[in-house]
Amino acid sequence: MTVSIIIKALLYVLLAPFVGGLLSGIDRVFSARMQGRQGPPVFQPFYDVYKLLNKQTTVVNGIQVLFVTAYLIFTVFTGALFFAGGDMLLVFFALSMSEVMMVLAAFSTNGPYSIMGAQRELLQMMCYEPMTLLVAIGFYYANGSFMVNDLIHASVPAIVQIPGFFIGFVFILIIKLRKSPFDLSTSHHMHQEMVKGLTTDLSGGNLARVEIAEWYDTVLMMGIVGMFFITNNPISILWAVIACSVVFFLETLIDNLFPRVKYITMLKVTWAVILVFAGTNLLILNVLK
Amino acid sequence: MKISKSPWVLHYDGSSCNGCDIEVLATMTPLYDVERFGIINTGNPKHADVLLLTGGINAQTAPVVRQLYNMMPDPKVVVACGICACDGGIFKECYNILGGADKVVPVDVYVPGCAVRPEALIQGVVKAVGILEEKRKKLKESMKAGYCTVDYSKMAVHMTADDYDPSTQYDAILTEEALREQAEEKMKSTAKPAPKPAAPADNSGKGDNA
Repeated sequence: MTVSIIIKALLYVLLAPFVGGLLSGIDRVFSARMQGRQGPPVFQPFYDVYKLLNKQTTVVNGIQVLFVTAYLIFTVFTGALFFAGGDMLLVFFALSMSEVMMVLAAFSTNGPYSIMGAQRELLQMMCYEPMTLLVAIGFYYANGSFMVNDLIHASVPAIVQIPGFFIGFVFILIIKLRKSPFDLSTSHHMHQEMVKGLTTDLSGGNLARVEIAEWYDTVLMMGIVGMFFITNNPISILWAVIACSVVFFLETLIDNLFPRVKYITMLKVTWAVILVFAGTNLLILNVLK
Repeated sequence: MKISKSPWVLHYDGSSCNGCDIEVLATMTPLYDVERFGIINTGNPKHADVLLLTGGINAQTAPVVRQLYNMMPDPKVVVACGICACDGGIFKECYNILGGADKVVPVDVYVPGCAVRPEALIQGVVKAVGILEEKRKKLKESMKAGYCTVDYSKMAVHMTADDYDPSTQYDAILTEEALREQAEEKMKSTAKPAPKPAAPADNSGKGDNA
């Protein structure tokens, strides 16, 4: 039992960067095609990170290195915990911890753009944190356990009981994957009012670590999307993969369709979506049980 | 794998007429699509590898260009886009124009044209990327030998418009040969009769870089 847990966690730690980097590359190619361009090679994110690791790292404040490294470690820990079959609640709490580390790294640089990015990141966390907690609660209502190991042995896919939670989670994924209507804290596109937000004052190796952490994060998020479809039937893995692909494509499409919004719009819209879909779902589950 | 596969670009307009700037942005459009080569317009000097300069640089933009150059992490290259950035162009005789990007920062690639063609610009960046690769090798070797090819203590001067003096600007950045000579002198002077004479200079070299 313990051996299989360690093997699963190790597999995640080793494979997730490749999957995450590829997903990031596919995202860039899709975006380019949607804009009528040819786009970079699929492996471009790997070239970028390799380049960043070979660049000089300028450090504004020594503690920034510690925070960025902690961000990477916490993100890897969170994903490893999830894929090894750990506790959903702990997964989400550790995930917030990793985000806090990134915010601290940005605050510690004292640069105006970094601080603006960090403040907006905190606002973003305020928007999506309720939903991440609700997802854990939803899974508990559906299958009576917080442990990922028990949830994957369900007889009926969780989506049947908690479709509202799924819609809410896909909605906050726009924020988590830093996609366009809600990419307030870091702009992935050039020449915006906040330069690069959170990562403005990071360079070289530090920036590479942030990129790698985001790859891990993407894989974890896709894993949680897949959780809605997994049952004890092996065929369900196929459904989960299809669902992940559709959700990922949808996020890229949304990224290319919408301009950014103000934080207050983001707060209103996300909380409204969470309340309407996840809240109603939770009420119905409560009445039925 | 080479680092030249992902050159991130920083574009700065040093008093140009905006003709070249429009061409720089045109390279991002679907027609030319420089993202094919992994080129991204970052707008952030701390992420950039290639500095694209347009315009003849006037007294007010010179400190900004210098600061942007200093903020970029090594290895880095500078591309002068358009004839104004190469030598001042039609604005050369103006009282406020310094006459080219190379009066302020060391330029690696000159791309002439008025305005510069996007095709020429792309070729210029591709050429600059080759130089970037060479610079990385040199930087790696020099760091091993105990000195850095860039002297940061000398480059941090003249950051504001007030203490800008054109006569001292170019001297502030030393050539690579001068840096090497300086570093060798430093190594000689600080060397002790120990078996490894480069060791003390090694520490000081790394200290400058950090």
